[in-house]
Amino acid sequence: MSRKIVIVDDEPNIVMSLEYAFKKKGFQVFIARDGEEAYETISREVPDAVILDIMMPKVDGFQTLERIKANPDLKNCSVVFLSAKNKESDIAKGLELGADKYLVKPFSVKKVISEVQELL
Amino acid sequence: MNSAVLFMIILAYLGLIFYIAFLAEKQRTRKWVNNPYIYSLSLAVYCSAWTYYGSVGKAANSGYDFLTIYLGPVIALPLWIVVIRKVLRISKNHNVSSIADFISLRYGKNRALGAVVTLVCLLATIPYISLQLKAISDTFHIMIGDALNTGKAVLQDSTFYIALLLAIFATFFGTQTSDATEKHKGIIASIAFESILKLVFFLIIGVYVTFGMFNGPDDVYQQISKTENFESISRLGGLENAFNWSFMIALSFMAIFLLPRQFQVTVVENTRVKHLKKAIWLFPLYLLLFNFFVIYIAWGGNILIGDASKAEYYSILLPLQNGNVWLALLVFLGGFSAVISMVVVSTLALSTMVSNNLIIPYGFLGRFIQGQTQRNTESIKNIRRVSIFLIIALAYLFYISFTTQIPLISIGLMAFVIVAQLGPSFFIGLYWNRGAAKASIIGIVIGVLITIYTFVLPHTLEAITGNNDFSVYGPWGISFLRPQALFGLSFLSPTAHAFLWSMTFNILAYLTFSLTTKGNYRERNFAELFVDDKNFSNLQDNALVWKGEAYVADIKNVLNRFLGEERTNRALSLFFRKYELPPDTQTADARLINFSEKLLASRLGGASAQILIANVVKEEEVSLVEVLKVLEESKKTIDNNKLLQEKSEELATLAYQLQYANEELLIKDKQKDEFLDTVAHELKTPLTGIRASTELLIDDLEEMPPELKTQFLSNILQDADRLSRLINNILDFEKLSTGRTDLDLQIRDIYTTVKATCSSFQTLAASKNCKLVLKTEESVYLRFDHDRITQVLTNLLSNALKFADPEIGCIEVDYKRKSGELVVYVIDNGTGVPEEDEKYIFEKFFQSNHQNRIKPSGSGFGLAISKQIVEVHKGTIKYKKNEKGGATFSFSLPL
Repeated sequence: MSRKIVIVDDEPNIVMSLEYAFKKKGFQVFIARDGEEAYETISREVPDAVILDIMMPKVDGFQTLERIKANPDLKNCSVVFLSAKNKESDIAKGLELGADKYLVKPFSVKKVISEVQELL
Repeated sequence: MNSAVLFMIILAYLGLIFYIAFLAEKQRTRKWVNNPYIYSLSLAVYCSAWTYYGSVGKAANSGYDFLTIYLGPVIALPLWIVVIRKVLRISKNHNVSSIADFISLRYGKNRALGAVVTLVCLLATIPYISLQLKAISDTFHIMIGDALNTGKAVLQDSTFYIALLLAIFATFFGTQTSDATEKHKGIIASIAFESILKLVFFLIIGVYVTFGMFNGPDDVYQQISKTENFESISRLGGLENAFNWSFMIALSFMAIFLLPRQFQVTVVENTRVKHLKKAIWLFPLYLLLFNFFVIYIAWGGNILIGDASKAEYYSILLPLQNGNVWLALLVFLGGFSAVISMVVVSTLALSTMVSNNLIIPYGFLGRFIQGQTQRNTESIKNIRRVSIFLIIALAYLFYISFTTQIPLISIGLMAFVIVAQLGPSFFIGLYWNRGAAKASIIGIVIGVLITIYTFVLPHTLEAITGNNDFSVYGPWGISFLRPQALFGLSFLSPTAHAFLWSMTFNILAYLTFSLTTKGNYRERNFAELFVDDKNFSNLQDNALVWKGEAYVADIKNVLNRFLGEERTNRALSLFFRKYELPPDTQTADARLINFSEKLLASRLGGASAQILIANVVKEEEVSLVEVLKVLEESKKTIDNNKLLQEKSEELATLAYQLQYANEELLIKDKQKDEFLDTVAHELKTPLTGIRASTELLIDDLEEMPPELKTQFLSNILQDADRLSRLINNILDFEKLSTGRTDLDLQIRDIYTTVKATCSSFQTLAASKNCKLVLKTEESVYLRFDHDRITQVLTNLLSNALKFADPEIGCIEVDYKRKSGELVVYVIDNGTGVPEEDEKYIFEKFFQSNHQNRIKPSGSGFGLAISKQIVEVHKGTIKYKKNEKGGATFSFSLPL
């Protein structure tokens, strides 16, 4: 059975690159464009991993992570932040909230894939 | 009336007075004890039995002369306020406890001067007190229907017991503490009460005589004008009398300052300087009311009784003659009130002086230095108690030996003239810094001697020998030295005459000796303090110029003996804290010396305090030059302090402004940080897209399907465009906000510009199922930058298109003239801007800060740049929510 991954970002170009790369690695990829849509998809699909942007419309990445952590069904779901925010305080906050990794934009696609695979 | 009954009434009345005093003492902080009315009424201690009975006698025998005694204070009241304010300021600053203390302080705490002043006051006051006793005795006998002056043995004389009771009253309420500057609330309250009683009772008898026994003032006047000696009692007199009048007014003016009892109530017992404000009209009003009926009672008495020798007691005799015993009793009690107040306050004032300026400095100081606190305090109180009894005893002795022969009024006047001898030292000393102690003593002594010669001696000799040869022929028949026509000056009344000569020589001596002697530095020091008191009242402890060697421990020792250990420690620790000295300071400086002297002065008087302190310190002479230099420096320090204070206030304001500015800057700084953060984020986003797409293309060049390759390449292109647009916007925005853009301002038709922009949007709008309408075709010419305004319109239109209703979108563009402006509207039918965001929408990167609501495809600079553009055109841009929902953006341009 192939692994499930949800990619959450409001920038279609970035999503497109990641989607292509993960599909190629055999992942079953789901896309969400904001926090609300993301939580719906995640709770429905219960993916193995989530790639989460922080600055998004409606519900941001931090809030989405909190929701994921509050749901016991999703306790096995790894979360990787992928954000242009690279301040120490943001990274610390992300990890404190329980993210497994915090990667910054611009990123190397290969690196993101290997980091995600490492978690699974 | 039965004498026993009358005596019981007196006792009951005294009981009431005691009770009031007791109550006031117990509730000494209450409002009813401390108010300007009590203060003003206590000043009326001026009206003694002499006023109550003597005025009527004087009016009956010599017309309007009695008025001068009351007109003086009334006329001179504005001056009184000015002087008394100064006296109060100084007295409060230096813990002055009596007039003797005050004068001796002015002349460098001179011990001899304090003693002289005390003696003068005794000389003036003891006969005065005996006069009060005489009034009591006389009226007592009139009331019980006895003949006057029955020469009873002392123990059978009711006056003796009354005097004794008064002494007990004064002792009990006057010596509660050893601190003489402590206010005697009980005594003052009882005096205020008595002042009301005596006025009311006197007014009652006045009304009774004028309207009850006669038919009003006119009737009295009609009847008196028919009597034979009317001329002599109603004339105002010519020039001679004018002199008499002015001298008498001057005399009584001095008396309201210098009479020991007046000084006591006005200065020592004053609780607040502002009480003077009420006193300035209340006290004269009181005096005027008091004197209103005097002339009618006098005339009424002349008409109905006609016995000049009894004229002083007309106010009691008139109702008695009518058989109205109870009214007579009221008058008697009124007079009795006047007596009590006068005797109690006078003895209180005198006892302080006698103990602090006579007995303690000349006898007890040595013993005090050895004694313990408790014993010292008791000794001080005992000395005062003994003094009170002694004074009243002396007055009683004087009364039984002399007073019976001399009329009330001349003893009163004698007291005035004697006490007026303090005038030059007091008044001139307040305003002239050259006045010297020696000059003051000589002036006072000369003045008193002349008064005795011209005034006291003739009266006394006449009373003793029964003839007036001495006055008529002069000593040894030398008419040039006739006591009541000295140097041939014969036209003045005896009082005015005595006043004139004694004052003349007193002042001359004072001025001459002041100019020829040089006072020591202490004198100079205090002279400056008094004359320039406003300047130095701020200096307080600094003002004393003192040089020498002194140890805190020694001074503490002295203070301990009089204040007790606890109070001493408290006072000293306060002092050290005030001047920020370490509490273990060893050597005392001038400030401590002065501070300690003031502490002691309230118990022992200034002179004794100085002697005590001088005992334990090694003092050195300070030259006059040094004194003046130090005083000058102190003054400068004060000025500098004032300047410093102003400066520090200015600094505080500046600091506040700085803090405000700093906060503003912090906010700005934070905004800048946020701006940079956002810019970085916005730049990174397209960069990330380019980075990722490129990586995939390189890694997967062979395997990737061609249509995906094209997609990724076009993504790269899109992101690159976005990047450059963003960079342009940032630069553009910075240029606009720093005012570095030049507008291409030309007069154009706005229609052309608006139409062109709308047309360029039509295709896009149609593709989004949105209707775009330009509602006007009017040509309006105005000056604007075509490209920039197009930029604004483009921004507004793309926003409108983005947020317009997705199903049936509708955008209206319109423009109108409106009060000197052209306003352009862009209206959509979307959901409008959320209320909480309204004030942020024109900020740069608004979308980023609140990006979870609107994620536009723009740079986030659109509205911010539009705002800048409109503002450099000197217009405004606004947002308004539509009534039906949707947004209306409008901007104005000046026509």
